[in-house]
Amino acid sequence: MVRALGARSIRQTFRRPQLLAPIVIFPTLLLAVQTGGAGASIELPGFPPVQSFLQFMLAGAMMQSMMLAGNSGGIAFAVDIEMGFTDRLFAAPIPRFAIVLGRLAGTAALGLFASIWFLAIGLIFGAHIEGGIPGALLAMALVTASALAVGGIGAAIALRTGSASVVQGLFPLVLVVLFLSSAFFPQELMIEPAKTIAEYNPLSFIVEGVREPIIAGIDAAVTLEAVAAIAGIVVLGLVLSSRALKHRLRVG
Amino acid sequence: MELAAETLKAPAVPAWRTNLATIGALMARAKNELVRVPGAAIPGVLAPTIFFLGLNGVFGALTQLQGFETGSYESFIVPVSMLQGAGFTGAAAGVNLARDYEGGWVDRLLVSPAPRWVLLAGTVLAASARSLIPATFVLGIGFAIGVEWPGIDGLLICYLMVAVTAAAAACWGSMLALHFKSQSAAPLMQAGMMGLILFTPAYAPLALLQPWLEKVANVNPLTQVLEAARQGFVGGVTWADTWPGILALAGLLVLLGSLALREMRRTNA
Repeated sequence: MVRALGARSIRQTFRRPQLLAPIVIFPTLLLAVQTGGAGASIELPGFPPVQSFLQFMLAGAMMQSMMLAGNSGGIAFAVDIEMGFTDRLFAAPIPRFAIVLGRLAGTAALGLFASIWFLAIGLIFGAHIEGGIPGALLAMALVTASALAVGGIGAAIALRTGSASVVQGLFPLVLVVLFLSSAFFPQELMIEPAKTIAEYNPLSFIVEGVREPIIAGIDAAVTLEAVAAIAGIVVLGLVLSSRALKHRLRVG
Repeated sequence: MELAAETLKAPAVPAWRTNLATIGALMARAKNELVRVPGAAIPGVLAPTIFFLGLNGVFGALTQLQGFETGSYESFIVPVSMLQGAGFTGAAAGVNLARDYEGGWVDRLLVSPAPRWVLLAGTVLAASARSLIPATFVLGIGFAIGVEWPGIDGLLICYLMVAVTAAAAACWGSMLALHFKSQSAAPLMQAGMMGLILFTPAYAPLALLQPWLEKVANVNPLTQVLEAARQGFVGGVTWADTWPGILALAGLLVLLGSLALREMRRTNA
């Protein structure tokens, strides 16, 4: 059941350009613009040693795509609620959690797709993956798990509100969280107050976990910090989703 | 019978006046939408503001690079966000037109005796006027965090660039809306304008861009527009930095306006 619903959510995304565009087109466009526009920044004193700015930016692009995949998953889930599809699933003899899990499986698959897409772009345009194949696999695993975690929050909001436009309205918030993390620039070189906020933003830990195998190699401590941050978001998503599911079942 | 004769004798209203009234009515409709659903304008205002604050916080240290023409990154980046707001507003006009097509409203417009260019002008001018809202909001935030005063001439040129960019973006959005006749084309409308605005010296001066982006920026007409809008914020206003922007926007408006009009003429009621 989870597989069927997950496959449905992936098909839905690839059939609707308005859902796919934020996951692929916009992050790719921004990656190109930021790499070309701010590429000289690697000469700044304090910039970590990297082969190129593209190599540095790959993790940021993956994070942006992953966050937007979570948001798009939430929108699609809310559309299902609005159209009555979820009500039909609730009435079917299947476990309730499988309905949410199916949607999250689809979001995680989109996260995996995003990580492969951006690693491929990086390799095509000359970026090295310093951690080799294990490093690339680690980055892919972290992005996939993050998509699952962020998708949980998107699903919770969709279940709670049942409104696609409310979930869509969170799009600017996604951008805020991204800009206030080290996704696009080293945290030490950011301007206050973004610098201080980025230091404590859980997304910064995930970004560094994804970036480290690309720009330097696998580092156990950085990876563990990323896993802990993802676990924290997963727990938050689970709590919120479970409460929202109860609410949805109560109000119909 | 007598009344019919009187009507026939009544002086005909000049065509230009009817056209102007139609454009005014279409603009009023767009304004009503804004007044009745103010929430609909929030994303168009919020997105460029977030980009402005975010880019400033993230890339502010770029001014330390040798060759950067100003020490104030917020002044350097504010015209980009204002133009971004114009791009989003123009694209939104296209999305609204597609929605109106799906709802049957465009069909009703097309069977009216109003010329096609008048229908297009209503949509485009409404977007142009609407683009001043996000631009003013972003600029207000910018002044609050230290954007330098561009002078009256610099400010007027910047607003002119914003308004005409929104008109060009609305032509682009309308062209796609009438071609695809579906709101699903929205990402194409937004991505097209976003690409055009960002593949310029948006983040750093031309000399500091990567060679491939420098080449793209050199042939992108929006580079001249951005340079014209930016000049007051990073230095003095000169005619030499202004006329290329005006020329580029005029060319863009004629090209995209013709294409949008072509799509509108092809659209059957």
